[in-house]
Amino acid sequence: MSTTDTTKGESKETTSGKELVSIFVMGKKYEVPKNLTIMKSMEYAGYKYIRGCGCRGGICGACGTVYRKPGDYHIYVGLACQTVVEDGMYLTQLPFFPANRAAYSLEAIGSEPEEVYKKYPELFRCVACNACSKVCPMDISVMDYIAAIKQGDFEKATELSFDCIQCGLCTVRCMGEMSQYHIAQMVRRITGSKITPQASHLKAMVDKIKTGKYTKAIKDLKGMNEDQLRKVYQQREMEPTEAPDDWKPADVTYL
Amino acid sequence: MPYPQELKELIKVVEKTRPERVAKKKKNEEVPFLSLEERKKILDYHPDFKEEGRREIKVGPSKGYRIAHEMVDVLEANSRVNPDLVDLSHADYETDVLVIGGGGAGTSAALLAQEQGAKVIIATKLRHGDANTMMAEGGIQAATKGWKDSPYYHYLDVMGGGHFKNIPDLVDTLVTEAPDAILWMEKHGCNFSKFQDGTLKTLHGGGTCRKRMHFAADITGVEIMRTIRDEARNRSQDIRVIEFSPAVELILNEKGECSGALLYNMETEEYFIVKAKAVIMATGGSGRLHIQNFMTTNHYGATADGIVIAYRAGVGISFLHTVQYHPTGVVFPEQAEGILITEKFRGSGANLVNIDGQQFVNEREPRDLEAAAIIKECVEKGKGVPAPTGKFGIWLDSPMIDALSGTGTVEKEFPGKFILYKRFGIDISKEPMLIYPTLHYQNGGLEFKNTGETALPGLFVAGEVGGGIHGENRLMGNSLLDILVFGRIAGKNAADYAKSRSDMGKLTLDHVRTYHKNLEEAGIETDRVAPMLLPDYTLPHVKERQLTACYVGTLR
Ligand SMILES: Cc1cc2nc3c(=O)[nH]c(=O)nc-3n(C[C@H](O)[C@H](O)[C@H](O)COP(=O)(O)OP(=O)(O)OC[C@H]3O[C@@H](n4cnc5c(N)ncnc54)[C@H](O)[C@@H]3O)c2cc1C
Ligand code: SF4
Ligand code: SF4
Ligand code: FES
Repeated sequence: MSTTDTTKGESKETTSGKELVSIFVMGKKYEVPKNLTIMKSMEYAGYKYIRGCGCRGGICGACGTVYRKPGDYHIYVGLACQTVVEDGMYLTQLPFFPANRAAYSLEAIGSEPEEVYKKYPELFRCVACNACSKVCPMDISVMDYIAAIKQGDFEKATELSFDCIQCGLCTVRCMGEMSQYHIAQMVRRITGSKITPQASHLKAMVDKIKTGKYTKAIKDLKGMNEDQLRKVYQQREMEPTEAPDDWKPADVTYL
Repeated sequence: MPYPQELKELIKVVEKTRPERVAKKKKNEEVPFLSLEERKKILDYHPDFKEEGRREIKVGPSKGYRIAHEMVDVLEANSRVNPDLVDLSHADYETDVLVIGGGGAGTSAALLAQEQGAKVIIATKLRHGDANTMMAEGGIQAATKGWKDSPYYHYLDVMGGGHFKNIPDLVDTLVTEAPDAILWMEKHGCNFSKFQDGTLKTLHGGGTCRKRMHFAADITGVEIMRTIRDEARNRSQDIRVIEFSPAVELILNEKGECSGALLYNMETEEYFIVKAKAVIMATGGSGRLHIQNFMTTNHYGATADGIVIAYRAGVGISFLHTVQYHPTGVVFPEQAEGILITEKFRGSGANLVNIDGQQFVNEREPRDLEAAAIIKECVEKGKGVPAPTGKFGIWLDSPMIDALSGTGTVEKEFPGKFILYKRFGIDISKEPMLIYPTLHYQNGGLEFKNTGETALPGLFVAGEVGGGIHGENRLMGNSLLDILVFGRIAGKNAADYAKSRSDMGKLTLDHVRTYHKNLEEAGIETDRVAPMLLPDYTLPHVKERQLTACYVGTLR
């Protein structure tokens, strides 16, 4: 029950390829144009997504897909919205996989590694099989960030896990039965709030605003008509692109 | 797929002019910005100025307003349910605050409402966090550097970007609350990119006079969204999340106060009644309406639902006559079509160049002008670069960034896009990207005040679904800001409102009946149904075979 014309926008591109390949969606064969992503090819085949489709841009982690190729024992993975179909591909989507997540209060805890170990003792069940890294569609070294967490190096774990889109595929494969991405999330938040130095200029600005320092200046702007405002706008001093961070404007009246 | 030979040949032209352009950048020599006169002229090429692209809406609180056909289509449509069949004498869920939409605005609203002591339900269409918020890459604006910037300058930039049409009170609140929103995120453990001493890194965005774009590598939206989602999960005793259950109507009471919503479980196709003392609309944007057939950067669920259902309940709309086309969406490779290439590439020094390798616009103009300039260069001047798909594009010269800031900068600062292109066999630190404008942001939306309140008592608005903050054009980095600032305000005020409300009255869907009647009286006979919920990408060859005339069991 849709209100749109179905040939709009996205789907237009799905009609462009003439050359067909065969894919097997959960074992059932469909002929779809070569060069389409798995997501668009399934729509071409007539599927309408409810689950397994979010951003359509490779960043939300909704569309994790596993597949095999003919005559090849390897398990392949990809994001359906990013992976191009191949002839003979056998695929299924895994849009949801149960994962253990521990609740915690970021305010109440410190930055010690033990805070995380207490919540996720299964961390130490890692057998270093590296199945998680192999399966990660974002090419993250999952095993390495888990190792960094075990070593208590949260900054390193934050850096290594930063591109995680929480698709859950690593959890599907984990021999240690842990939910790596939830653990990494907790670690990143500890890093961001308790390890990385806080921005002193940020706090200073918030305090300055609270004193009402800019209230009058902004009120004056609000009182201007369009022409007056345009004038002030056009006269504003531009910070040069290549200027260093400590660049200072000539006019400091409104700082 | 890597660039085919024809494009590789054309890339050589770009390479030829690159050294000179890099040298100019280093000397801070820029293509002059457009004067206000020139701005006016170039905007003729913007899709918003195509009169045949819009029509007057014939019913509802903003009757007579001319907006895009696609938007009018969903507004002049019937409800998904027959109000007579809905039994409102009982509620399936009861709560203090119901948040509709689990993106950044909805989630921050839920957190603040909970902090006021409210029990909260978030009802969302896809998974919690599958939203436009997750897709934001470039950054978030706030004047946090007191030695060179202040809310005063931020205010000017927002107004200038919005063509001075923005609602001043909304802009005031946006820029004044901005630093506090960033501080709030920092406290929650959001990892913004920083210098060693904790100073936040900032860049320019289109239309900014000071570098105030904060970012978390090139996945700022992901980092913000997953942080606040994690926090909401920590509070799951008070914040309940119901996924794959979009709202399809608001529910009012006999006094005309918003008192809940009707949810649709897309998997079982059942409808559920939520009774709530206050409701926050945070359903985001509408890129999936594919206005004027443009490709879009938006997530799968961006179908204007919140606008449709609040409009039916009496909330007016504004600024919807303008739509934001992001100047740089991928045209090639085809699999990535529509995907956004963040402005940060331009902020970091990449030029836009035509088929002759020549610059034709300063890369730091506001978005609408930038988009119009690209369309003009391709459509009128014929200087577009032909893609193998038959479409045209313009080069975004990303290798300049490595030339300016050192080898490896592109890979380090733009890991997401670097990987995306690498999968297609393209190294964007060595080869430029082919881009064209893509449908990106709603600009306008539901009318609301800087308290989050709307004309409908009990209904609050936050995020992209609202209109007025950004006037006729939003600057990059101001909507991630908008969702945090106004999400928090709506959350707090909705919780306060819920606290003060004792009597729920009698639930009704009479406003839906009235709306149906108004459609009829306006002579609109249609079988269109809205909210749309999900875009329809089923192709004609499939549709032709979908012949079911009569459903047994569940109805679709
Ligand atoms: C690709 C991209 C890049 C961007 N980059 C930037 C940037 O760099 N800086 C910046 O400031 N802004 C950026 N933006 C804009 C910004 O991300 C969005 O405007 C903002 O995040 C919107 O937040 P929101 O919470 O209002 O909506 P969303 O985040 O879209 O959330 C809306 C939620 O509501 C749900 N929903 C929809 N309909 C219903 C319904 N009927 N019932 C229940 N739930 C429903 C949706 O599924 C979704 O979860 C970008 C946007 C895109 C698409
Ligand atoms: S680390 Fe795990 S959850 Fe994160 S992207 Fe990789 S596979 Fe997905
Ligand atoms: S899959 Fe599990 S057990 Fe294997 S390396 Fe990764 S975290 Fe360790
Ligand atoms: S749909 Fe979001 S990652 Fe594929």
